[in-house]
Parts: sequence; C-alpha cells; structure tokens
Amino acid sequence: MILVLSALIIWIAMWGLNTRLANGPHAETRFIRLLVPAIFGLTILVAWELLVRGLAVPLVILPAPSHVMATFFSELPTLWLDFKQTFLKGALSGYVIGCGAAFLAAILVDRYDFLRRGLLPVGNFVAALPIVGTAPILVMWFGFDWQSKAAVVVVMVFFPMLVNTVAGLQETTVMQRDLMRTYGAGYWATLTKLRLPAAMPFIFNGLKISTTLALIGAIVAEFFGSPTMGMGFRISTSVGQLALDMVWAEIVVAALAGSAFYGVVALAEASTTFWHPSHRK
Amino acid sequence: MSKVLPVLAVVASIFTLWYAAVPFMNVKETLTGLERAGTTVVPDNPIARRDASAVALVLRNSFAIPATYAQERPRLPAPHQVAQDLWETVVLKKVTSKRSLVYHGWITLSATLLGFTIGTGAGILLAVGIVHSRAMDMSVMPWAIASQTIPILAIAPMIIVVLNSVGIQGVVPKAIISAYLSFFPVVVGMVKGLRAPDAMQLDLLKTYNASGSQGFWKLRLPASMPYLFASLKIGVAAALVGAIVAELPAGGARGLGGRMLTGSYYGQMVQIWSALVFAAVLAASLVLLIGWLQNRTLKRMGLL
Repeated sequence: MILVLSALIIWIAMWGLNTRLANGPHAETRFIRLLVPAIFGLTILVAWELLVRGLAVPLVILPAPSHVMATFFSELPTLWLDFKQTFLKGALSGYVIGCGAAFLAAILVDRYDFLRRGLLPVGNFVAALPIVGTAPILVMWFGFDWQSKAAVVVVMVFFPMLVNTVAGLQETTVMQRDLMRTYGAGYWATLTKLRLPAAMPFIFNGLKISTTLALIGAIVAEFFGSPTMGMGFRISTSVGQLALDMVWAEIVVAALAGSAFYGVVALAEASTTFWHPSHRK
Repeated sequence: MSKVLPVLAVVASIFTLWYAAVPFMNVKETLTGLERAGTTVVPDNPIARRDASAVALVLRNSFAIPATYAQERPRLPAPHQVAQDLWETVVLKKVTSKRSLVYHGWITLSATLLGFTIGTGAGILLAVGIVHSRAMDMSVMPWAIASQTIPILAIAPMIIVVLNSVGIQGVVPKAIISAYLSFFPVVVGMVKGLRAPDAMQLDLLKTYNASGSQGFWKLRLPASMPYLFASLKIGVAAALVGAIVAELPAGGARGLGGRMLTGSYYGQMVQIWSALVFAAVLAASLVLLIGWLQNRTLKRMGLL
C-alpha cells in the first residue's frame, strides 16, 4: 500500500516539477527541452516499478523494470545472437537491397513518363496494403533462415522508398531545369548535379520510414518460422513459456535497435543535406 | 484519364510476369508428381532434379508446363487458381462456414474497426491535451515521436497472451493492438493540425474576444481536419495490419491472420494467397472509404 501511495505521490510531484519547468523562464533552452521528457520517462519507470511491487503483480502479467534490466544483462549473449540474426542478417541486408532496388527503379520510372503515371498509383496502392501478409509466402520460398526475412523486408521497404524517391525527383522547378539546359547539361549531368541533390530530403524521408518497416518485417516474418534464434522467434517462444522478462528484454533490444537505426539515418541526412533550405537555420 | 492506360499496362505486365514465373516455381513438384503417375521425365532421378536449375528443367520438360498451372499445392499459385479459390471461399461458401473468407474477414475487420475507433479517440484526446498543456507537450511529444521508430508490432503476441491469462479473450486483445498502432499516427497528425492556424488567425479570434473553447471549436478543430484525415488513412491501414498480426499467436486459426498461419503450417499456398488478396481488398476499401469521407467533409467545409 505504501509503495502504491508513494508511486502516486512521485507521479504528482514529478508532474508538478515538469509543469513548472515547462512554463518557467528557461523553457526554451536545450537543456530543459531534454530534461522534461527525461523526467517524464523516469517517472513512468519508477511508478511502474513501485506499482508492480506494491500490488504484487505476477511475473506472467507484467515484470518490473528492474527485473527486465536484470534479465537483459544476464541474457546478453542470447540477446546478441538474436540481434545478429534478426537485425544484422535479416533486416539490414533486406533494407540495403530493398532501398537500393527502389532507388534504381525510381530513376528508371522517372525517366519514362508512361512508367511514372502507371507505377505511382500502383505503388501508392501497394504501400497501404498489409504487406506483412507476404511473410508466410516468402518464408516458404526462401526457407527458415535469414534470407526469407531479408526478402520480406525488401518487399516492405520497396514501395515507400520508390514513391518517396520519385516524388523527390519531381522537386525541381522548370526554371532550374531550364538553367541546366542553358549550361548545355545533358540528362545525366542534370540528374546528378541538380535533381538528385534536390531529391535528397525525400530520399532520406523514405530511408527513415523504411528503418522501422525493416525491423517490423524481420521480426514478424520470424513468427512464421525461423531457426532457433532471432528476436521474433525469442519473443514468440518466451511468450509461450510465460517468461515475460525475456520478452521485455527483447523489446528493449528492439527499441534500442530501432531508434539507433533511425538515428544513424537521421545523422547521415544531417551531414549530407545540411545545405538544403529545409535544414538551414 | 491519362492515368488509366499506364496503370492498366503496369497491372497487365505484373500478371504476365506472374504467369511466366509459375512454371519455373512449380516445375520440381510437378515433375515429381508426373513421375509418380508413370510419365517419363528428364532427368529421371529425383536427386539429379533437385540439383538441376528450374530453367533447365522447364526447357527439357516443356510438355509439363500446362501441369504446373494446375497443381494441388503449388509453390506459386497462378492468378486464376487464386481467383478460383477466392470465388469458392467468398461467394460459394455460406458466410457462417468456417471455410468462408467472409467469416474470417469479418473477425479481422471487427477487431480492426473497434481498435481503430479506440485508437483514434484516444489519439485525438491526447493531441488536444498536448496542444493545451505545455507540460504535456514537452513531456509526452518527444516520446510519441520516438515511439514511431520502435517496432511496436513485436509486442503483439505478449499482449494477446497476457490478456488471455487475466481472462480477456476474443476481439478485445486484437482491438487493443490495432488501437495501439493507429494511436500514434493520429496523435502526431492531430497535434500538427491543431497547431495549423497561424498567428494572424489566432489574433483575429482574440480581437473578437473569443474564449479558449470557442477558439478550439471554431478555429483549431476545423483547421485540423485535413491533417486528421491524412493520419486516419495511415491509422486504418496500420490497424488492419495490427489485427492480422495479432491473430498469429491467438492460435484459434480464426481471422485472416489465422488463415495465413494455418496455410503456412499445411503448405496451402493458395489459401495464403487468397487471405492476402482479401486483406488487400479490405485495406484498400477502408482507405478509399476514408478518402471519400475526407472528400465530402472538406468540400462541405469549403476547404477543397
């Protein structure tokens, strides 16, 4: 009871602190902007811990954060094995192949107006479909190992990437293209010196959307069959064994991998398109 | 109108490619079957066939090509096989039959719609809170954005099993996953929408001496509609994916996800393909429905 009450008190106190910080005189500084969400996240973790202990929630329903962290560190070798199988082999290779293929296809599609008018509506349509449903088919074709996971990822990232890149290649104005023509620039010079640089923000948008899709595709594909390792495999078998601390540890790995992947792409964007108007301060 | 011909051409070439790929995908199983039935095939021992390439097998056994389109359990079913299975399971079966896709589709759709409604409602409420409270904005918004980079779908099996162990079964656990997936796009889009009015418009309302709630109902909410509909489209597609994935660990083999899983267990590719096509049609009609609502609403509001 005391633990539950203290969870409530800590919640109220932290919320009060955040309200003061957010409405205070220094609210716009970078430090406060980072501090406020950090406090909020910490509050949730503390309240979660206290409530689980105070109400004696059984492990099969919700493990406490401390318990999850303990499992995370004690099972680190297994988690690393799963990470390697799902992320490095499945998601990453599929991401590279899928985005690369979509990029090349986009350049081809952009070159021929007929293709663009035909493929774009189809691509937009496919992008809204439940593509994870192709996972059982691809698992049957490519076997249980990482190749089938990479194939699912390729299919999942292809169309969002294609649609974004094609939209980016349309970004230049008639004036800019005319200027290139007055310089005597041909198709390839215009493409590499004007249109691809102008398309960069769109291309990176597609790359960023694809990071999450890649991870989802690789994990969900493992629900349909996998070797005895991988994040999706571990999640589904641990759920079966009611070892929820292990499931949460995998979720921590997935969250870390997902945000790190996104972060790396965002960093690459910041360092290559700093000159673009949408990034200039 | 200029789109119709290119789209048709693209769709036609997809089907052509599909038909062209069928012999190569199915040739090995077909030849095994034909050999068992007494036909002579080249090469005549199964081990040599296993190591041979699909192209070579098709070229050397060109008489078997028609048979590859009529396999009982093909690796790649031909479009007409999928269409036939769809016709049988959608139209010919009674909707209450366990083999009817309409029955399974309704199970998935009901979870999707329930979850989508919950997720959208909660998302709009949170967005209103975020726009009106600075503390909430600064605490919650970074997490809402960061959570988009996390593969939320991975926790679907856990939610199903945990809710099962506390006695909640049926449509609700699936709806929770759908709600979760449609929640974040709505929050992010709605916050953007509620902030869409510029300083000039807000100032105008101030000169009218409008109260906070009047500002909300007469300016912010109407201005957010285009953003809301854009995120509803993303949300409903995500909700359907959530419901399908949620059916994978449920085990009951019900719903479109269940059809895909049993198909994958028993090697029934045609069944997976028809479930996939049905899910695709469902997703497309949900998105189109929201698009239609968007069109009507925005037209009436004079925004279109």
